[in-house]
Amino acid sequence: MPKSLFEKVWTAHTVKTLANGQTQLLIGTHLIHEVTSPQAFGMLRDLGLKVLMPHRTFATVDHIVPTDQVVEPYRDPLAQAMMDELRKSCAEFGITFFDRATGKQGIVHIVGPEQGITQPGTTIACGDSHTSTHGAFGAIALGIGTSQVRDVLATQTMALGRLKVRRIEVNGKLRPGVYAKDVILHIIRQLGVNGGTGYAYEYAGSTFDGFTMEERMTVCNMSIEGGARVGYVNPDETTFAYLKGRHYSPKAAAWDAAVANWKSYASDPGCRYDDVVKIDAADIAPSVTWGINPGQGITINENVPSPDTATSADDKAGIIEALAYMKLPAGKPIKGTKIDVAFIGSCTNGRLSDFQEVARYVKGRKVAAGVKAIAVPGSQIVALQCEKLGIDKVLSEAGFEWRAAGCSMCLAMNPDKLIGDQLCASSSNRNFKGRQGSPTGRTLLMSPLMVAAAAVTGSVADAREVFAVN
Amino acid sequence: MALAKITSLAGRAVCVPGNDIDTDRIIPARFMKCVTFDGLGQYLFYDVRKDTTTGKDTNHPLNDARFKGATILLSGANFGCGSSREHAPQAIQKYGIKSVIAENFAEIFFGNSITLGMPLACAKREDIAKIAAAVEKDPATEVVIDVVKQEIRFAGQTVPAQIRDTARDALINGRWDAIGELLDGVPAVKETAKKLPYLAAS
Repeated sequence: MPKSLFEKVWTAHTVKTLANGQTQLLIGTHLIHEVTSPQAFGMLRDLGLKVLMPHRTFATVDHIVPTDQVVEPYRDPLAQAMMDELRKSCAEFGITFFDRATGKQGIVHIVGPEQGITQPGTTIACGDSHTSTHGAFGAIALGIGTSQVRDVLATQTMALGRLKVRRIEVNGKLRPGVYAKDVILHIIRQLGVNGGTGYAYEYAGSTFDGFTMEERMTVCNMSIEGGARVGYVNPDETTFAYLKGRHYSPKAAAWDAAVANWKSYASDPGCRYDDVVKIDAADIAPSVTWGINPGQGITINENVPSPDTATSADDKAGIIEALAYMKLPAGKPIKGTKIDVAFIGSCTNGRLSDFQEVARYVKGRKVAAGVKAIAVPGSQIVALQCEKLGIDKVLSEAGFEWRAAGCSMCLAMNPDKLIGDQLCASSSNRNFKGRQGSPTGRTLLMSPLMVAAAAVTGSVADAREVFAVN
Repeated sequence: MALAKITSLAGRAVCVPGNDIDTDRIIPARFMKCVTFDGLGQYLFYDVRKDTTTGKDTNHPLNDARFKGATILLSGANFGCGSSREHAPQAIQKYGIKSVIAENFAEIFFGNSITLGMPLACAKREDIAKIAAAVEKDPATEVVIDVVKQEIRFAGQTVPAQIRDTARDALINGRWDAIGELLDGVPAVKETAKKLPYLAAS
């Protein structure tokens, strides 16, 4: 009987069925960060519990770290307290911590793959909804709450109901200037922000086959924005080539055995899916969100929707609420909308290839007057790679501030925040009200190159025209 | 670890209308700079409850004196979408809300809430509107969420509610926090790990 990757990984990691019918699922790899773990360690202490497999949990610090101050103590005492707490807990329970001093610190979803911790056929959990990123390697990667972080620490398992599987097949070649970010924004727009509730998304088709690991990570990362807790791509030669030689990747004879094992997890041809969606890559264009959830997106040449063109009462109410918050005129082009801030970074688009692509086109150009532009590498290693290639210089010369690694303005738990109702062209993943640190701040999600186009022109622009991409 | 058996819940209700209410809205990220969940209740829906310039209360339903003391929140579709932060259901619970009735819930938020012993009930939009109308007419209306019968009773009316089987079982049998059962499974966990090359080797 042919099986999907999800089914195979789920079965292999099933410990038992719990009394309520949920599965006790073994979580092979646990990633933690400073925001959602301190309370979990507190619960362990209260209950007198130990960490069952300390070597299967890896920690880093990302959400609260300032990107303009690398020396501690941080100016924000609360941020410093969280840093100290994580350090203390990792030492107490014997957990590997990619602290800044290791040179391996960064956004948890960038560090895992970078270190070769993220591997095919595994289960991964982290107290962060963008854990779905790791699915790019053919892992079942789940965002969890803090009580579940406690569960995984204490038992290396969690209680979970089985998900359905929807295969999303994208076929064909993306047009020039169209990126992985546009693919996922397109998918979310098509299927809705809650279309994936109860599903794991299996991304497949020739477009994904041709994608690099970094492109696959960008798509899997935003699965949760479509309501899907899990998103994955079947492992293939691209996956194995990425993993070869990384610190935690199997070595020597173990490598061949691992690859054979990893291959065995890929979905079998002819396996059953609960749903299948097919998308033609040629239908995808550079996209930008105009509203207050990631499903409220349009392509660069479309107009901002008007309540008059709403398809339902719900849609109408959504448009009215979003336009009131975003202060964008209904029915007018999004192109040309003045921006205040440009942000390139995050676990969605803060990897080497993102900065490489931007640097390639921004070289010799200048950020428009009045625009604050910041570029935040996703990890210390990404920063180093960029610096070796001179990408930091290209961006700095163009007028971007080149910062230290962290989540930064994606959720603004550090000092990088919008002020008032500033409008930000952002390569991040959420455009919720107040997401970027100001209760009235406004976010337009787009690909890194589209952010760069907005930065150099001072307004939302078609990167294909601005940079003559063809 | 004996947990309460949550078979029903009764209280006054407050309606916070809208679809896709995300966890950033429920608890803005800047209030997550904390190492315990204590004190999160005061920041529930902070950015929509407080005027951003004056810091004064807005006309948000939670600021409406008529609904003070409500323990049941009514809302729309896809409630709790976005971030996995448990801070969201923690803030709701610490504020004094014991249950949410919505058309449906985002996956991670749902699981986080059940683990805290907070029953979440799905109801049809028109039925939620009926409850909201009754509450608006008389804020003292008692709303009863019957977890066993999967129904909501209010002002002499009864409407169906839906609570996922696994969550319903966990609530009514007092096993909504799985930690005890998961700990019991540890010997089996070790056996399962031995069969997986990446865990057996490490």
